[in-house]
Amino acid sequence: MNTPPADTAIEARGLVKRFGKTIALNGVDLSARKGTVLGLLGPNGAGKTTAVRCLATLIRADAGTASVLGYDVQRDAHQVRQLIGLTGQYASVDEMLSGFNNLVMIGRLLGIGRRTAKARASELLERFGLADAATRPAKTYSGGMRRRLDLAASMVGRPAVLFLDEPTTGLDPRSRNELWEMVRGLTADGATVLLTTQYLEEADRLCHDITVIDHGSVIAAGTPDELKARVGGQVLAVTAADPSRATDVKALIAERTGLAPATSPESGTVTVQVTDPGLVPTLVRELDEKGIVVEELTLRKPSLDEVFLSLTGSLPPEEPATRTQETAGSAL
Amino acid sequence: MTALAPSRHLSPLTGLANTFTLTWRSLLKLKTNPEDLPALVLTPIMYLVLFTYIFGGAISGNVHNYLQFELPGILVLAVIFSTLGTGQMLSQDIETGVFDRFRSLPIARWAPLFGAVLGDVTRYALSVAVTLAFGMLLGFRIQAQPLAAAAGCLLVLVFALAMCWFSALLGLIAGSARGVQWIGSLIYFPLTFGSNVLVPTAKLPGWLQAFVKGNPMTFLTEAERGLLVGGPVQTPVIRTLLWSLGLVVVFAPIAVEVYRRRT
Repeated sequence: MNTPPADTAIEARGLVKRFGKTIALNGVDLSARKGTVLGLLGPNGAGKTTAVRCLATLIRADAGTASVLGYDVQRDAHQVRQLIGLTGQYASVDEMLSGFNNLVMIGRLLGIGRRTAKARASELLERFGLADAATRPAKTYSGGMRRRLDLAASMVGRPAVLFLDEPTTGLDPRSRNELWEMVRGLTADGATVLLTTQYLEEADRLCHDITVIDHGSVIAAGTPDELKARVGGQVLAVTAADPSRATDVKALIAERTGLAPATSPESGTVTVQVTDPGLVPTLVRELDEKGIVVEELTLRKPSLDEVFLSLTGSLPPEEPATRTQETAGSAL
Repeated sequence: MTALAPSRHLSPLTGLANTFTLTWRSLLKLKTNPEDLPALVLTPIMYLVLFTYIFGGAISGNVHNYLQFELPGILVLAVIFSTLGTGQMLSQDIETGVFDRFRSLPIARWAPLFGAVLGDVTRYALSVAVTLAFGMLLGFRIQAQPLAAAAGCLLVLVFALAMCWFSALLGLIAGSARGVQWIGSLIYFPLTFGSNVLVPTAKLPGWLQAFVKGNPMTFLTEAERGLLVGGPVQTPVIRTLLWSLGLVVVFAPIAVEVYRRRT
């Protein structure tokens, strides 16, 4: 086995995981430097959760290797578990227990003495704004409060590596900003964070590095700026006045650019990345010759959404709509 | 951040400490879950009141005689049905993701399973105490030696401990707490009522007698009757213990294996 560099906190090489016939991970490589935030970005069902579950020792990969701070997640699982904290996509707190007892339980399970565990629980509840709700059963908490408790639970043991699986899904903007601040604070203290997200803004604002995965494969990796630069050029958007001509528009643009444009199903707007602005006059002329009346024709810089679109072929959701289980079937 | 190098192995002592922490967690629910304690206390009371006054006259001629006959059976009924709780809690833990958290912690792999079982045995003890206390209030009298009666209470707990491994397995494969409830009922109802718990075996039709005579619930109930009110003791106790051992030997390893496979 080749040893990752000393400043690498999380390293995965060629991770493969199948659930029956579904291939959840198809040879994923990723790496996070110590003290940084690595964003695992991808649409629903891309394999983000499965990757986290492999790295956090919850499931065994069918092939490939992964290590956390130099410890192999399969061979040295017990050591890895002493170093990590995990916050799942689903709040994994005991709903029947109070917030305080949830945290005391985790502390005790980590081998912390009773008094210290209680003190740590109170300290974390205070820090996450849950001190007032400390004695209430977790099932009475709001979604945001539960998320915060879950996060607090993963931090009881002061983990050196923290896995956060879609930590902000379902959070209101204020709670989300608070969480971002917390993550920044953690990395400032030297911890390494791997977080999965479907939100480009989150990845852009929070992550030092981003690995984009789709259909179980890594399709891009780099800093947010590198990824944006990769797409490059500008975006041409054309909307035909008659929506039924959208396919003609698409065909024409495909022919002129040699690329596969995307069509928005709602507006019929056809978009494509272009590097040569000189294309526009030609296109206008040809549209005119074919008798296609254009309602809108714009040329602009790519938005983050389009970076995502060009990489994965589909747009990320605007808002957390429904939470879809990412792991296939009944696999837990 | 982490100054100490992580330890390579987990000592059995740590595993035991983990188990006790999780037992504490299970018992905390008696306090925090509003349904837990009432269900545990009211179920045996309901059984006693219902069965004593509905079947009493019809089966034994009078209520008092029937109570002496039926209470050991109710003890079995109440405790055996509460073993379903083990499976329900486990499947709930899986559903809500609590188990994921446990599995990401450096704790003994078997601790969550053993913690749940140990917490539940405490529940069964409570159920036994309630059944006996309320039964005495209705007029039940222990006719055997106190030591024998104590052995009777212990025996039903031993059998329940064995049964809850079956329940645990159900919890691991049923997929939801509701699934455990209905699959469990489908198995538990014929198993418990198809015995001498409420009706003497002799009063049943022949084909049913064959089933009842081989049913471990029958042995357990017979043993309880012997230990609480008098009657044959040795054979039913030995059979009950053998069944308990058999259940543990079969279902505990399967449950542990299924649980490990999920990781």
